[in-house]
Amino acid sequence: MMSPAHYLFLSLALFLIGCIGVVTRRNVIVVLMSIELILNAVNINLVLFSRIYGDVAGQVFALFIIADAAAEAAIGLGIIIAFFRNRETVEADEMDLLKW
Amino acid sequence: MLDSILFYFFAGVAVLSAALMVTRRNIMHSAVFLVTTLLAIAGIFLQLRAEFLFITQIIVYVGGIMVLFIFVIMLVRLDVALHRVRFRLQKFVASLVVLALALELVVILALADKLPASLFMKESVAANHLPPNSEALAGSLFSSYLLPFEIASVLLLVAMVGAVVMAKSRRRSEES
Amino acid sequence: MTVLLQFLETWWVQLVCGVVIVAVVPLIAGYVVLVERKLMADMQARLGPMRVGPHGLLQPIADALKLLIKEDIIPRDADALIFWLAPVLSMTAALTSMGAIYFGPSFRVAEDINIGILFIIGVSSLGFLGIILGGWASNSHYSIIGAVRSTAQLVSYETAGGLAIISALLLSGTLRVSAIVDAQASNHMWFIFMAPVGFFTYLVASIAETNRAPFDLPEAESELVAGYMTEYSGFRWALYFLGEYANMIVVASIATTLFLGGWLRPFPNVHWLNWIDLLPPLVIAAVGAYCVYRAGKQPVKVQVWFMWAVALSCFAIAVLYVLPWLVQPLRFALPGLNGAFWFLLKISGYIYIFMWLRFTLPRYRFDQLMHLGWYILIPLAIVNVFAVGVALLLEAEFGWNRWIAMIVTTACTLAVSIYLVRLQDKRSAAASSATAVTSDSYAG
Repeated sequence: MMSPAHYLFLSLALFLIGCIGVVTRRNVIVVLMSIELILNAVNINLVLFSRIYGDVAGQVFALFIIADAAAEAAIGLGIIIAFFRNRETVEADEMDLLKW
Repeated sequence: MLDSILFYFFAGVAVLSAALMVTRRNIMHSAVFLVTTLLAIAGIFLQLRAEFLFITQIIVYVGGIMVLFIFVIMLVRLDVALHRVRFRLQKFVASLVVLALALELVVILALADKLPASLFMKESVAANHLPPNSEALAGSLFSSYLLPFEIASVLLLVAMVGAVVMAKSRRRSEES
Repeated sequence: MTVLLQFLETWWVQLVCGVVIVAVVPLIAGYVVLVERKLMADMQARLGPMRVGPHGLLQPIADALKLLIKEDIIPRDADALIFWLAPVLSMTAALTSMGAIYFGPSFRVAEDINIGILFIIGVSSLGFLGIILGGWASNSHYSIIGAVRSTAQLVSYETAGGLAIISALLLSGTLRVSAIVDAQASNHMWFIFMAPVGFFTYLVASIAETNRAPFDLPEAESELVAGYMTEYSGFRWALYFLGEYANMIVVASIATTLFLGGWLRPFPNVHWLNWIDLLPPLVIAAVGAYCVYRAGKQPVKVQVWFMWAVALSCFAIAVLYVLPWLVQPLRFALPGLNGAFWFLLKISGYIYIFMWLRFTLPRYRFDQLMHLGWYILIPLAIVNVFAVGVALLLEAEFGWNRWIAMIVTTACTLAVSIYLVRLQDKRSAAASSATAVTSDSYAG
C-alpha cells in the first residue's frame, strides 16, 4: 500500500468533487448521486485507517455507512418520485412550495 | 511498484469519473460515470486489503443503489430543461465555498506531521500480519458490533417500507 | 522492464489461465449454442443444424462470421456512449467472474480469494447493469419494457439464489472456493445430499437469473421481439448472447462448487471405490470408440474424415489422461486432470438440465414469475437457511448426528413449503372467485 497521504488526498478530492456537485447542480438526482460520492470518500478514509492499524472496526463502520447509504438512497428516490408525480419536475429551483 | 501502478490507476479513474459525473448535462451519463467511480473506489478497497468491503461495494452500491438510480432516472426523465431565471452567481459562490473547504483540509493534512505522536495509539500493521478479512469482519460484527448490526437491519426494513409507501401510485391508495 | 519480467515470473500461470478463459469461453459458448440446437432438435424428433460442416459442427463459426460482417446499426436518438457500453459491460462481468472459479484443483486465475463465492456472485451481478443500460439506450419501447422486466426478474431471483447459497455456505463455514470443496470431501458427501432444498432453490433461481426458459419472458420472440436486445445487431448482439451463455457456465460452476462437490469424484474419500479414478480416460476412449463406430455409417466422405478426426482427438485426450498413471514423474498432474474432468462433467450435466427444462416447460407469464419469486421461493429460501442453521446447532450443542439433523430439518422445510404453496392456491382461488381487479403493473 502507498503512504497514507496518497489515500487521504484521494478521499479529499472525491469529497470536494461531491461537495461541488451538491452545491452546484439543480437536478436533485445528481445532488443525491453527489451525496453518495461524499459517503464513499469517507469510506476510503475509514478503510485506510483500518488497514494501517489492523483494526477491523473501520471496515465495520464503512459497512454500516454503505447500508445506511442504501436506505437513504431508497427513501430519497421515493421522495423524488412522489414529488415528480405532483409537480412534473425534479429541479431544485422548482421545489418551492413553502414560498408564497 | 505494482501497488503504486494500481493505486494511480484506480485513483485516476475515480477522480476523473467523479469530475465527469458532476459536470454532465445528461443525467444518465452522470449515473454511468458514478458507476465507474464506485468501481474504482471498490478497487481502492481491494488494494487496502478490505476484500469483503470490495465485494459489498460492488453488490450493494453498484448492483443495488445504482440500478435504483437508473430506474428512477428513466422514470423522471424530462427532455426539455426549463430555463428559468436562476441565481447567476451560483457556480462562483459554490467554487468559493469549496475552495475554502479545500484550503482548510489541505492545511490540516500538511500539518499532520506536527501533531504529537501520542494521538496515534497503536503501531502500524504489516500486510502479512492482517487476519483473514471475512472471518475478522464477521467475528467483530457478530460480537462487538451486534447492536449496530441489528439496528442497521431495522433501518433497512424501515427504509424499504417507507420507499414502498411513498412511491405507491396515488390511484391505488385512494381506492383502498 | 525488470519489473515486468518479475511480474510475469510470479504470475505467468494465472495469466495463461486468464487468457485461456477469455479466448476459449466465447468459443465454448458458441458450441453450447450448437449443442442446445441439436438437443432441441433431438427432443423435437428432427436433426438440427446439419449442413454447415459435418453434422453442423462448424455452425457456430459460420454464425460468428455472419455476425461479425453484419452492418452495425445504431438507432436514431440512441445514446451512443451507453449503447456501446452496455454489451461490453455484460460480457466483461461474465468473464471477470470466471476469474475466481476453480475449474479443477489447479486451473484458476485468482489465487484463493478470501471471498471466493461472493466474488463470483457479486461480479456476475454487474451484468444486470448491462441489461438495463442496453434497454434504455436503444430508444425503443420493446427494449425498455424488456429491460425493466428482465432486471426486476433478475433482482428478485438473485435474492432467492443468494439465500439458497447461504445454506450451503453454512455447511462449509467459509467463502473460499477450495475450502468449500475440501469441506465436501471431509464430509464424505456432496452438499446436495445434505441441503437438497437449497440446491433446488438455487437451480430455479439460476434458471431465472440467466433469463432461460421457462423464465425467458423478457427475451422471448413471441413476446417482446427480443426484449432489451431488440435494437442490437451484429457483433453487439453476439456479445450479449455470449455473455448470457457465459453466465450460464458461471452459475453452473457456482452450483457445482457449492452443491455438487466441485472437482471431487463421486464418493470422494471411500477407498474401495478408488477405481473410479480410472474412469475418465475410459469414458473418453469410449466416446472415441463410438465416433469410430459412427464413422463407418456416414454418407459423405468429408463427414467420415471428420468423425475419424474427432475420434482420434478423443483417443489423444484419453492417452493424455492415462500417461500419468504409467509414467511416474508425471503423477503430480493426476489430481488436476481428473478434477477438471469431473468438474466439466458436472457443469455439462447442470447445463443439460437447463436445456431440458427449456424444451419441456412452457413460459411463465411475468406476474406469475414475480409471484413465484417473491411469494414462494424467497420464503422457502429463508426457511431453508433457518433450518440448516438449526441442524448445525443441534449437531454442535446437543450432539445429534449431522445426517439425522439434516433430514429432520429438511422435512420441516418441505412441510413449510407445502404449506406456502397451499396457502397461495387458497388465496388465488379466493381472489379469482371474488372477481377482484388484480393490479397488473407489469403488463406493459
